[in-house]
Amino acid sequence: MTIELLLDDTWFPVCDDTQLTPGRGVAALLPDGSQAALFQDRHGALYAIGNRDPFTGAYVLSRGLIGSDAGRAYVASPLLKQRFDLATGTCLDDETVSTASYAVRSL
Amino acid sequence: MAVDTMDAATTPTIVLVGHGMVGQRFLEALADRGVTERSRVVVLCEEPRAAYDRVHLTSYFSGTTPDELALAEDGFMEKHGIELRLGDPAVTIDRATRTVTARSGLAFAYDTLVLATGSFPFVPPVPGKDAEGCFVYRTIEDLLAIEEYAASGGTGTVVGGGLLGLEAAGALKGLGLDTHVVEFAPRLMPVQVDEGGGEALRRTIEEMGVTVHTGVGTQAIVAGEDGRVAAMSLSDGSTLSTGLVVFSAGVRPRDQLARECGLPVGERGGIVVDEQCRTEDEAVYAIGECALASDGRVYGLVAPGYEMAETAAKMIAGDAGSFKGADLSTKLKLLGVDVASFGDAHGATPGCLDVLYSDSRSGVYKKLVVSREGVLLGGILVGDADSYGMLRPMTGSVPPVPPERLVLPAGAGGPVELGPSSLPDTAVICSCHNVTKGAILDAVTEHSCTTVPEIKKCTKAGTGCGSCLKVLGQLLPPAEDQGLCGDFAHTRQELYEIVRALRVTSFAALLDSHGREAAKGGEGCEICKPAVASVIASLAPSIGAPVHVLDGGQAALQDTNDHFLANLQRNGSYSIVPRIPGGEITPEKLIVIGEVARDFGLYTKITGGQRIDLFGARVDQLPLIWTRLVDAGFESGHAYGKSLRTVKSCVGSTWCRYGVQDSVKMAIDLELRYRGLRSPHKLKSAVSGCARECAEARGKDFGIIATASGWNLYVGGNGGATPRHADLLAQDLSDAELVRLIDRFLMFYIRTADRLERTSTWLDRIEGGLDHVRDVVVHDSLGICDELESLMSAHVAGYRDEWADTINDPERLSRFVSFVNAPDVPDPSVRFVEERDQVKPDLDLLAGPVLLAGPTLAIRTLEGTVTA
Ligand code: SRM
Ligand SMILES: Cc1cc2nc3c(=O)[nH]c(=O)nc-3n(C[C@H](O)[C@H](O)[C@H](O)COP(=O)(O)OP(=O)(O)OC[C@H]3O[C@@H](n4cnc5c(N)ncnc54)[C@H](O)[C@@H]3O)c2cc1C
Ligand code: SF4
Ligand code: FES
Repeated sequence: MTIELLLDDTWFPVCDDTQLTPGRGVAALLPDGSQAALFQDRHGALYAIGNRDPFTGAYVLSRGLIGSDAGRAYVASPLLKQRFDLATGTCLDDETVSTASYAVRSL
Repeated sequence: MAVDTMDAATTPTIVLVGHGMVGQRFLEALADRGVTERSRVVVLCEEPRAAYDRVHLTSYFSGTTPDELALAEDGFMEKHGIELRLGDPAVTIDRATRTVTARSGLAFAYDTLVLATGSFPFVPPVPGKDAEGCFVYRTIEDLLAIEEYAASGGTGTVVGGGLLGLEAAGALKGLGLDTHVVEFAPRLMPVQVDEGGGEALRRTIEEMGVTVHTGVGTQAIVAGEDGRVAAMSLSDGSTLSTGLVVFSAGVRPRDQLARECGLPVGERGGIVVDEQCRTEDEAVYAIGECALASDGRVYGLVAPGYEMAETAAKMIAGDAGSFKGADLSTKLKLLGVDVASFGDAHGATPGCLDVLYSDSRSGVYKKLVVSREGVLLGGILVGDADSYGMLRPMTGSVPPVPPERLVLPAGAGGPVELGPSSLPDTAVICSCHNVTKGAILDAVTEHSCTTVPEIKKCTKAGTGCGSCLKVLGQLLPPAEDQGLCGDFAHTRQELYEIVRALRVTSFAALLDSHGREAAKGGEGCEICKPAVASVIASLAPSIGAPVHVLDGGQAALQDTNDHFLANLQRNGSYSIVPRIPGGEITPEKLIVIGEVARDFGLYTKITGGQRIDLFGARVDQLPLIWTRLVDAGFESGHAYGKSLRTVKSCVGSTWCRYGVQDSVKMAIDLELRYRGLRSPHKLKSAVSGCARECAEARGKDFGIIATASGWNLYVGGNGGATPRHADLLAQDLSDAELVRLIDRFLMFYIRTADRLERTSTWLDRIEGGLDHVRDVVVHDSLGICDELESLMSAHVAGYRDEWADTINDPERLSRFVSFVNAPDVPDPSVRFVEERDQVKPDLDLLAGPVLLAGPTLAIRTLEGTVTA
């Protein structure tokens, strides 16, 4: 199955679902040169947020560990461990900071 | 004579002579009562350093630094405006003018004078006693001198088999000397223990390789032509050849100053004081070991000294206080043997009875003295003094179980565990600081102390000799939630046991079966995932989990470093650390590292772990770089894992003129044995070829130092933010014994430590500390050593290089791309600029706008190639 991200109002195909490891993320290069971090949780749910860690500027969020807190899935930045809500891109440890978030579907 | 000018007319001046243990306690008691705010306090301190913990002096030889022994908290003197004059002893006291003159020539007028001059070691007047190589054992300076002199090895003899003598003997043994103890009395520790106890002690100590001579006196010290000690002649006509002598034949109160200014002293020394610790002169107090208390005794222990300090401080503050005498209870660990005596240990009470248990096979001797009515009066414990903390507070009452059950071992009818709940609130738990059970329970309920360190801070209990710590721990309510994280209510140690016993090989299975209810079915978190991954990886070969950390469900659990088998750097690039066992490397291999770094444009640096780090690789370059390195014979250095890092080495006996063993070979052997071993935190090691310790082994989790006859193994060392010197675990081991002990030690640590807990914190945290660990791994007290060893053999047999396995497996390689949808495109955010002829991350680029428009990037998608 193909996984697509919603960019503006078009669905952008990224990869095949077999390329994902449940519980981990991958980075995707978007047409405008920016980067998204795409995740699949252990039950198969998909999430995508920006790949740039706003705290350090490095493009690494796809390489963080994902976790869940009261049912909300998040990723912890591999650099300084701030957590970002996978559904909204908001930082759970500092609500004033956030990264992009994208709708994802699998066709 | 210079006269110290300070406005003495308005503020009263208190002069303290002697800044030892009791002196410092006195200052604290003054400060607690606010006296320091309204008086000027001057302290004349003879030693070159401020008060330190003399009781734990010997721990200097197991790595405690002089700074760590210091008693006063940082800034204590400044905070209370106390003038501490180091290295400036009092030389005369003029009671008529109330002035003390110090060696510097300064004179201090006092309103109150407090003498806390302690005692000096008694050196018997034998011929030759001043030869070079004769020492006493009282101050840090003494220890430094002994250590320096002992560096050349040989034989050392302690004159005196009492408490301090045995402690000194332990120190000499630890310094690698062939050690003898000469005691005039017919048994060791004549003051504290009876004949049976002395015998048990002797057997155990002799088994450790210390030679004990009792019933003989030292007649003369014989010096060689160079003026250095060569031998000792004994009263039985024999001669003992020895290169170093430590006199430990008792102490004498330092009452000289008092004598010279006409204060009365006892027949056998000691400044005469009343119950208020006042001398004949109302303005002069004497406290601690220099005082002859009102009960006619000079106390050579710190607890009575502290009580005197409190008494004098109370009096000076205008409160009432008194010191009428104290008991001589002590618990010590001499050469690793527990020895305790309390109350009427020798059965001096008329009509009292003994209850005795003695087992010379295990070196245990226990005697209780009870009255005809069953009241516990005192006792002696040798070899196993665990029950001291419970028994001493029971003294004076009828114990809740018959006395014989108090001395029997648990299996043979002894009480299973007589908890402190059976003690009355008035029982004194900490005798050093006179803290009752009631006061400790108050600290728990009133001041919400929940941990032993909090109790220590709040009540001072446990901050003296430490023998009450076990009971303190038992008095605390169990902590409420010790769970690993929001997902697991179990500790790491419990999860380890669950994984091992139930052979759980996946995180999801563990979370769903043993997680907290609300967390079941969830994702876990960044705390439990790597912790569980580490547990599964440590046990992998024996529970049937995949050995490679990127296999099975384990891949999703690893921190990014483990996931990419490299260390993430601040700009998203990775560093590469090939293993260089023991720091030894051939020129060919050095050239390969240089070539690889040059070809991939990597920054190179020599690490603090005796190897080379190559920085600045993009994810997609890692497999290419490692293919080159693996081909040249390198393997993963696990710089990314919570696992063995490096075993550093010094050059050792092969090249170094001082070396006594081949430290390089041992370091390489150990590094290859433990490489890849996943553990709660990283593990570091080092091997030094002699006591000069060029490899800094005592800063490591397990450090090895060569001796003339083998290896000494030290454990629990740490650099980093809270440095700790490693403690000696065992001495003079053969190669095989060394490896076996390390196997056991590491597996026991892996099994029982918390996540991210280095061996140093683990050793300080676990109940029983180093002694317990030694019991388990050296004496196999839990009977688990076979299992620990077989877990380690399984690890060694199952080891495979993670990088060789990875580059040969297309499935594992597929993750090493910057972008899932553009595997050939390098990550444009990973850029470098030049500095000192090498690269460094371009951080300006990362700080810039979020969007990386820039060059036209070819993006391959499933639909074909899109150009942005
Ligand atoms: C590369 C190196 C510095 C250097 O250029 O020399 C280094 C680099 C790092 N050290 Fe270190 N340490 C390095 C030697 C040391 C040493 C010296 C030694 O090992 O002899 C120490 C003190 C000894 C010790 O650990 O007891 C040391 C004490 C630490 C600590 C503090 C540990 C502690 O218990 O307090 C940390 C933080 C941690 O692990 O939690 C740390 C963590 C780190 C981390 C992993 C920080 C991080 O998370 O990014 C650095 C990663 C480097 C990388 O990405 O490659 N590093 N670090 C050294 C690598 C040695 C090697 O060859 O493997
Ligand atoms: C190795 C060792 C192990 C011990 N173990 C134990 C134990 O397990 N349990 C226990 O209860 N006790 C133990 N003790 C005894 C304990 O250390 C002493 O009881 C305690 O230190 C006494 O305190 P103090 O202040 O009276 O004397 P000290 O601590 O000796 O302090 C006296 C200080 O006064 C200084 N001084 C002397 N004259 C002058 C002067 N004219 N001017 C200025 N300063 C002067 C001295 O230099 C010294 O620093 C041990 C002692 C040693 C040496
Ligand atoms: S520790 Fe000893 S053997 Fe090793 S280099 Fe230093 S002096 Fe030489
Ligand atoms: S009994 Fe010595 S510290 Fe408590």
